[in-house]
Amino acid sequence: MSPLSLIRHRDRLLQALVLVGLVSVWELSSRAGWVHPFLLPPPSDVLARLFADMQSGVVFVDLGLTLYRAVTGFVIAAVLAVPLGIMMARRRGVQWFFDPLISIGFPMPKIAFVPIFILWFDIYDTSKVIMITFSCFFPIVTATYSGTSHIDKWPLWSARSLGASESQLLREIILPLASPAILTGLQIALPVGMITTIVTEMLMGGSGVGGAMIAAGRFADSVGVFAGIIEIAILGMVVIRALDWLRARLLVWHPENRAH
Amino acid sequence: MAAGDMRPVAAVDGRGSLLAVVALCVRYLPVLIMLAVWELVGRSGLVSQQMLPGIGAIAAAFLDLLQSGELVVNAWRSLSRAATGLGLAVLVGMTVGLLMATRPLVRTLINPLVRILYPMPKSALIPLVMIWFGLGDVSKIFLIFLGCLLPVIVSAYNGARGVNPFIVWSATSLGASKEQVLREIILPAALPDILAGCRTALAFSFILMVSSEFVIAKDGLGFLIGSLGDGGNYPAMFAVILTVAGTGFVADRLFGSFVSHRLRWKEQA
Repeated sequence: MSPLSLIRHRDRLLQALVLVGLVSVWELSSRAGWVHPFLLPPPSDVLARLFADMQSGVVFVDLGLTLYRAVTGFVIAAVLAVPLGIMMARRRGVQWFFDPLISIGFPMPKIAFVPIFILWFDIYDTSKVIMITFSCFFPIVTATYSGTSHIDKWPLWSARSLGASESQLLREIILPLASPAILTGLQIALPVGMITTIVTEMLMGGSGVGGAMIAAGRFADSVGVFAGIIEIAILGMVVIRALDWLRARLLVWHPENRAH
Repeated sequence: MAAGDMRPVAAVDGRGSLLAVVALCVRYLPVLIMLAVWELVGRSGLVSQQMLPGIGAIAAAFLDLLQSGELVVNAWRSLSRAATGLGLAVLVGMTVGLLMATRPLVRTLINPLVRILYPMPKSALIPLVMIWFGLGDVSKIFLIFLGCLLPVIVSAYNGARGVNPFIVWSATSLGASKEQVLREIILPAALPDILAGCRTALAFSFILMVSSEFVIAKDGLGFLIGSLGDGGNYPAMFAVILTVAGTGFVADRLFGSFVSHRLRWKEQA
């Protein structure tokens, strides 16, 4: 084992120890009664609840619903926003119309519009998904537009002078060169979408982890709240890791993935 | 200098500003078009006035709310919460991020926590802060603080880690103390990253402010939106929603111009 990897292993071990230590202190402090177990239920209770919910299948229903809403909204946003961002960078008319609207919409806290979507589309999945799409849309379109308009001119000119058609240009030059920026936009939008999913579920109900958590909170079931936080933390980590993995797969050719 | 010499300059200036106004109008024409479409859809009866109140009705409701003081009081409650949470997060986050970059022990202790908390959607903590701190100010400030903390920590850490080590070595060899290196070298070099992180945190502070007030609140803009909607006063609800959106937009723009002023020494990419 090389010295460097030894150091890395030692670091990993220390970090794991820190976590184990924290969880033990947490368990100990609520078992010993230093903190009221209602405010900080012992982790063993939370794990037991998670396990029981896993056996009854409730966890999977909630996680599945949350994941389905988040991913649907996110994918619809990507399907709309990526072509629009590219069109904005390529066509002056499209840019003229959408640039001011998007530069105004981008920094707005979109979550404030939830009541409007409830008014228009009621409280079921349609309005949740539309709300998630709405909040994911702006980061993706902004990143795509800026990425596409900043790509290197030379490969574009070379391809065109070699007789590439507009669609070839798009497929062979523009999309590959803009893809790092597009993926960055997706990586910014995904956590935003997760936050929005949880809030819409808390406000509109209809199961899902957010709905289950707010119900637990209203019934003063703190073990349930903590179980929900752990479920959501794991789900958030999984979807973000999945997108990181996708980026590494799609950009194998890119210098950012070399020499690691 | 004769007064006559000034006139052409003034004329050019006048035309220049006129051109600027025209350019501004052309740029924001799409916004006007969208507003016109909104108004027309409402007037034509395609969508009921309940669903899409006219712009005039929304403006009138806005003025009413302004005059009754309801809007100002609730906006003050909300924005003071957001500002407190965000301010604390920037202070603590910068300190923790810089310490993580410069002290290996701090990094080892904090890094696992950051890696677990960073990808978690912070809105999931709303029921937790409700249990811990009740329905008052503290629960929302704490939520905003936690949500804004992580982007600031991560950006300060990444910015400080990216500092060219040669500059640090030169400063150290010239006799700079650890504290001087931190203040004179690492902090300015990490500033662009830190400010970018603060801008993300600013956006999060608005999102968490509104969503926590939707779910648990007795006052604030989110609560006002909810209660107006429940009461069926949709023009007023639209007015407050647009106020929140506009405030978020203005806050981001102000911060953006502060950043470009602060970083004017930086070469434009």
